[in-house]
Amino acid sequence: MLNTNGVPDKKQIFSRFPDKKYILKPKAITECYEEIPCNPCSTSCPFDAIYIGEDINTAPIVDFEKCTGCGICVYNCPGLAIFIVQELDNENARFKIPYELIPLPIKGETWSGVNRAGEVITKVLIEKVSLTEKQDKTALIQVLVPIEFINDFITIRSKL
Amino acid sequence: MRIKEHPILTFEEKKKLSFFFDGKEAYGYEGDTIASALHAMGVKVLSHSIELNRPRGLYCAIGNCSSCNMIVDGKPNVRTCVTMLVENMKVKTQVNKGDIYEKD
Amino acid sequence: MKKIDLVIIGGGPAGLSAAKMAAESGLSSLIIERNFKIGGQLVKQTHMFFGSEKQYAKTRGIDIAKILVNDVLKYSDMIEIMTGTTVVGLYKDKVVTLLKDEKYIKVKTKAIIIATGASEKVLAFEKNDLPGIYGAGAVQTLMNVHGVLPGHNVVMVGSGNIGLIVSYQLIQAGVNVLCVLEASSEIGGYKVHASKLKRLGVDIKTSHSIKKAIGKDYLERIIIGKLDDKWEFIEGSEEELIVDALCISVGLSPLSNLLSMIGTEMKYVSYLGGLVPLIDENYETSIENVFVAGDVCGVEEASSAIVEGYLTGLVVAKKLGYIHPNYDKLYLDFKAQLHNLRSGPFGEKLRRGLEEIMR
Repeated sequence: MLNTNGVPDKKQIFSRFPDKKYILKPKAITECYEEIPCNPCSTSCPFDAIYIGEDINTAPIVDFEKCTGCGICVYNCPGLAIFIVQELDNENARFKIPYELIPLPIKGETWSGVNRAGEVITKVLIEKVSLTEKQDKTALIQVLVPIEFINDFITIRSKL
Repeated sequence: MRIKEHPILTFEEKKKLSFFFDGKEAYGYEGDTIASALHAMGVKVLSHSIELNRPRGLYCAIGNCSSCNMIVDGKPNVRTCVTMLVENMKVKTQVNKGDIYEKD
Repeated sequence: MKKIDLVIIGGGPAGLSAAKMAAESGLSSLIIERNFKIGGQLVKQTHMFFGSEKQYAKTRGIDIAKILVNDVLKYSDMIEIMTGTTVVGLYKDKVVTLLKDEKYIKVKTKAIIIATGASEKVLAFEKNDLPGIYGAGAVQTLMNVHGVLPGHNVVMVGSGNIGLIVSYQLIQAGVNVLCVLEASSEIGGYKVHASKLKRLGVDIKTSHSIKKAIGKDYLERIIIGKLDDKWEFIEGSEEELIVDALCISVGLSPLSNLLSMIGTEMKYVSYLGGLVPLIDENYETSIENVFVAGDVCGVEEASSAIVEGYLTGLVVAKKLGYIHPNYDKLYLDFKAQLHNLRSGPFGEKLRRGLEEIMR
């Protein structure tokens, strides 16, 4: 339970995923379930795809028609609560996740894939690591994840 | 116990400062407080409570709680968490209320 | 006796913003800071801030500190800064007495903004005074300012935002966080912070607390236990953990002692963290021209402290005859920002608390 251990339930998670037709292209998933005073995801989006509005306590709503999955909101979210997901094919999903730990993974490495409860669930392939000045120390890691974990994968842990 | 690598911060190599802790030679770096230099050496006991002589260490690090008071260059009750380390400083563990006439 | 129109006590986010806004209005001020540098507790906040752009959201606290300090330094002809200086006396005729380098200094002023912030609360349990037990903020200072680790295996007590954020920062520094203990049945802080920890494998144990610390000269082990709904330890639920540091993050209490010293009307409001002054809508206390800004009048996020600083700086300047060219617009904007920051469900206790201290 989100309130007792920090793990959102399936219903909450699904509520943030778009319809299947959208997810064939990369889309932002905002795992921000509470009304907290915060709006950088909305103001940083160059495509106006994340709505919060005047009252910054409103939880973000993504317009999946407009979202291009660029990933700018991912490193601008102070809660590290946004990631990008795309259903690549029948076998793999591609994620872009925020990462603020060292060592950073390197392209081509295989790392453990972790779920929201902190458990290792699979192996994932690191496809790309970006850390530009604009990202202000929050790296963006692009990973290939087996498709069956599309709703479970959340982060990476230690190189294999 | 100094951080060498950090994902957000960079800790540059700074000038080494030597000082004396309870008579023994010790060292820290420029920018250290007395308490941070001692911590980096693994010294956690900075003072003792007045009545029961219980060991005390750093607690608030903002100069508010007095748990880290030590005798510095003969002066008692110095809040070591907000006092910068200076070359050749003489730092001593405090075990009482502090004596204003203490000389080392 | 030194004379200056405005004295600001505390060089943290509230005090610095107040000085900037006063200077923009044409009013000179003196900032008194007891630490050896200004910036307050922002200087150790390595995380990105929440809020909106106006309060520097998504900027890391360490960088917000730089912005606010630079803003003040731009007005070096109007803003004097005294660091390493402690206010030792505050008198009704607006005389402030200071101690700097063992020298006693008297300052006569027309208005005072008290922005002293808050300090970390302690928790009662057996051997809670052992070295190795720290306030969570102290650990942040040690790690993020001085680059020194508090230990290798740490337990955090308290799952408010500070407890959750500092736990995450401990992990970033390479420390093993065993778990976060929360006496209440639910996590206190933002769940995004909790989720961030949980995915890194840190358990947040709700309905759990620390029972006692064990160690001769410093902390070696702790006993934790599960609490029933009356917050009593359930017999047989005890568990022993080997730790070399314990962080206490059970809230902050306003550093309001100076206000009591000049006899402003005070009230104990638990929603605001402790003893706080009664204020009007412009943060003026019961003594004319004595204002407060930031955590000293109710513990909340630094974002609010910044806006309260701007607001009081603006208002004080006007009271002393220096009217900012955009006064009306800015005043409404600061008020709206504060309203916005506090209007969500997390602001509920705070809103109730503030209602209790309105004069």
